[in-house]
Amino acid sequence: MPDDLLIVENLKKYFVTSQGTVRAVDDVSFSTREGETLGLVGESGSGKSTVAYTMIGLHAPTAGTITFDGQDMSVAVQKRSRRLKRAIQIVFQDPGTSLNPRRTIEQILSLPLQVHKMGTRRERRNTVIELLRQVELPADYLFKSPHMLGGGERQMVAIARALATNPRLVILDEPTSALDVSIQAKIINMLCGFQVEMNLTYLFITHDLSLMRNVASRVAIMYLGKIYELARTDEFFERPLQPYTKMLLSSIPVVLPEEEAIKPSRIISKGEIPSPVNVPPGCGFHTRCPEREGNCDAEEPQLVEVEEGHFVRCHKLAEPLTVGMAGEGRE
Amino acid sequence: MTEYVLRISNLHVQFKVYEGRLKVLNGVNMDVGPGARVGLVGEAGCGKTTTMRCVLGILQSPPGRITEGSILFHGRDVLKMSQASLQRIRGGGISMIFQDPVAALNPVFTVGDQLTSVIRHAASRKRDGREIRRRAIKALADVQLPDPDRMFASYPVQLSGGMRQRVCIAMALATESELMIADEPTTALDVTIQAQVLRLLNELVEERSTSVIFITHSLGVVKEMADWVYVMYAGSIVEGAKKQALFEEPLHPYTVGLMGALPKLTGGGIAEGIAGRIPDYLNPPTGCRFNPRCPHVMDVCSGERPELREAGLDHHVACYLYKGDADAR
Amino acid sequence: MVRWFRREAFRRRWEAFGKGWYKFSRNPVSVIGLVLVLGVSFVAIFAPYVSPFPSHAERYVNFPEASQEPSTSHLFGTDVFGRDVLSRIFYGFRYSLMMGAVVLSLVVIPGVILGLLAGYYRGTWIDTVIMRITDIFLAVPPLILALAVASVLTPNIFNAMMAVSLMWWPWYTRLVYGLASSLRNEFFVQSAEVIGASRRHILFRELLPNCVSSIFTKMSLDMGWVILIGSSLSFVGLGAQPPTPDLGTMVADGAKYLPDQWWITIFPAFAIMLTVLGFNLLGDGFRDLFALEET
Repeated sequence: MPDDLLIVENLKKYFVTSQGTVRAVDDVSFSTREGETLGLVGESGSGKSTVAYTMIGLHAPTAGTITFDGQDMSVAVQKRSRRLKRAIQIVFQDPGTSLNPRRTIEQILSLPLQVHKMGTRRERRNTVIELLRQVELPADYLFKSPHMLGGGERQMVAIARALATNPRLVILDEPTSALDVSIQAKIINMLCGFQVEMNLTYLFITHDLSLMRNVASRVAIMYLGKIYELARTDEFFERPLQPYTKMLLSSIPVVLPEEEAIKPSRIISKGEIPSPVNVPPGCGFHTRCPEREGNCDAEEPQLVEVEEGHFVRCHKLAEPLTVGMAGEGRE
Repeated sequence: MTEYVLRISNLHVQFKVYEGRLKVLNGVNMDVGPGARVGLVGEAGCGKTTTMRCVLGILQSPPGRITEGSILFHGRDVLKMSQASLQRIRGGGISMIFQDPVAALNPVFTVGDQLTSVIRHAASRKRDGREIRRRAIKALADVQLPDPDRMFASYPVQLSGGMRQRVCIAMALATESELMIADEPTTALDVTIQAQVLRLLNELVEERSTSVIFITHSLGVVKEMADWVYVMYAGSIVEGAKKQALFEEPLHPYTVGLMGALPKLTGGGIAEGIAGRIPDYLNPPTGCRFNPRCPHVMDVCSGERPELREAGLDHHVACYLYKGDADAR
Repeated sequence: MVRWFRREAFRRRWEAFGKGWYKFSRNPVSVIGLVLVLGVSFVAIFAPYVSPFPSHAERYVNFPEASQEPSTSHLFGTDVFGRDVLSRIFYGFRYSLMMGAVVLSLVVIPGVILGLLAGYYRGTWIDTVIMRITDIFLAVPPLILALAVASVLTPNIFNAMMAVSLMWWPWYTRLVYGLASSLRNEFFVQSAEVIGASRRHILFRELLPNCVSSIFTKMSLDMGWVILIGSSLSFVGLGAQPPTPDLGTMVADGAKYLPDQWWITIFPAFAIMLTVLGFNLLGDGFRDLFALEET
């Protein structure tokens, strides 16, 4: 689509280890428009973080392409242009280790400004103070070190750092998972504000489905390296089709009765999540699927568009609207 | 009153640091009856883990110091006990499940080794090796681990997070203690595994009528696991109620704020959260520690700290907004 | 605005100093180490002024006064040449400290840089080359290597220092390699890479500050070791030559006269022990000093 900012096609990332080949990301395709938030949801081993790291360039893809604003960027970060490095930023999961404990906040925040030669020393300092103000932190935090800050504040610094270069795409890898509910609320609202102000595009990764409901415009669920369902948010939550999605939604602990009502009926997962070194043959989910049938353990289902904008990977539901890959046939 | 298994009264704890003294616990009151499932909800830094460490006698002291209060376990004050008596209680009387199963299990010993050593320590009389082993395997089967015999001989590193946590639960249950403290046992687990483990925990607790204190920062989890919920803020309990009462009508402004800040599965955006930040424990606010952030703050709030008072059936609040009839204690 | 910044920065630095002292002084043993080290350093630097008999440190002979027991005029007695043992010990500190300082200043910078590079490029040929060379040097027993080198070259204190330096650098490479390769995959380093920071920045401004604590602690402990090894070399005659008042030489020379004239050996040996102990305790203190406090 012409106004897609980010297009990912057949992305694969395999790691070769002593225990075998880990198929962390195994043929993933999606795209995002400028200004929207694409949510990526999944449990451990799903590959969602690997997708994030490949997009930001910490890994080079094993196969497939990533296109940003028309430019191909399927390479590691060292080989990318300055412009790309400025335009795509990431906020990591763990606020405890994403900031160097031996540096001051000023040094941390001025690094991106320094690298991209944005202003003189004095101007950079002023920009840093302005960044702090944007995330509602006082100017004297310049002198503090990360270990003097609480988890929420550290994450706010990490967000300020990501915004320092005026990026266009920000990848948020579980930005609030380690934080309390009240701080999470503050940060999420802040992020939504920035998105509107700066016309940012977000790739939002989390395992918290309730949070996802309130941030994403479209949601994709990943399992063992593949996307199993991709849909607009309200469709995803109100009419989930894939059994794994239903299982996940039914397992969330919720508080309000209306939340309880919207959940699919309880599906208790049996057994453990397989490791991505040993992906089960056929449909990767068949070992835990309550609705498995004859060929689920032999033939791999494809991701097909069963309704407009709603893609599912499941043998039982494969009645495609138009046979094609995710990202196409969306209009 | 010996009908309570655990009674924490007016617990004050301070930590000495370079800048002064951190007044971490500011009068914690908590009661746990026999067979009760009590949830303790609070955000990071509110003091829930510190409180539990005091119960087990494992508070790091120095720099921590208990300045006031008592913790009665079956009528005996834990804070005044010798290390020897505490040793006997730990495991046998009170057991604990920690947050991080990776850190809670020793990587160089097999699951079986660790389980049997726990059973041996907690046993009231000498048991022979075969019987201990039998009990250990039964404990592993009780927590629905597949192939308990093979699990017995495995090392923790060979197990997944969910399995490890189930081993920790098996260890806690194998002690047949009267009180089990579970400190965020499912936070590190995936959602579907968490649901499995919580369900299991509920079943097992019901069977054995053990008392449980379930610590979490997730209101959703506490709704599934507890009958009675305490809400903790900045070192003291601000609200305590039967589960139904708490969720239907939260009274304390902090609890209300907390529930509002939760993202709802039904969508609709997230509320603003609670204004302000957690207090500085070096110089905490006088009176009710929530008063700088409270939307309903009054003058009296910065005077004396409000006590936990009854404000309805099975519902206690520490807040001047509610004129309770009698002291909840 | 600029003035505020400068004032604030100054205030913070002062505060950090105070906090550092607090952390360091929590352990009284570290303070003892600091006192010992400062004492030895003071005496070494001002030896000509604090020694009762500064001239005894060079060529001096006074046989009537030789081999005298410790007394009020000679607190530690005199040796077989009539030289005051106490004064020679004070001057001996000079050589010991100098040995330590010179060796460490030669060794630390290259060792650390190699370790950073090997750790950062872990898994590549750079790592292999650096670490295998390091392994080769580490495989030889330290004293043997030093002895071998020192005996090939002319025995003097300068060559002894070179010999010790040659076998000392690998330890720093090893230490920093371990730290750097584990830190390399932390999120804050990945962040810097993603932002596009130069390799130089990542090595010296992201990785190195996190290694400084271990490096300083090791340096302090190493002072003790270098002094000991230097003394050992002198003891076997491969280091400082007479009449240089080196502590090791003094112990060697005086050993012949045990147990009658015990003071000639025992006091220098005790001086070595005290110096090494001081640096060891100080090293422990460094570790506490650099520890990050949790919120």
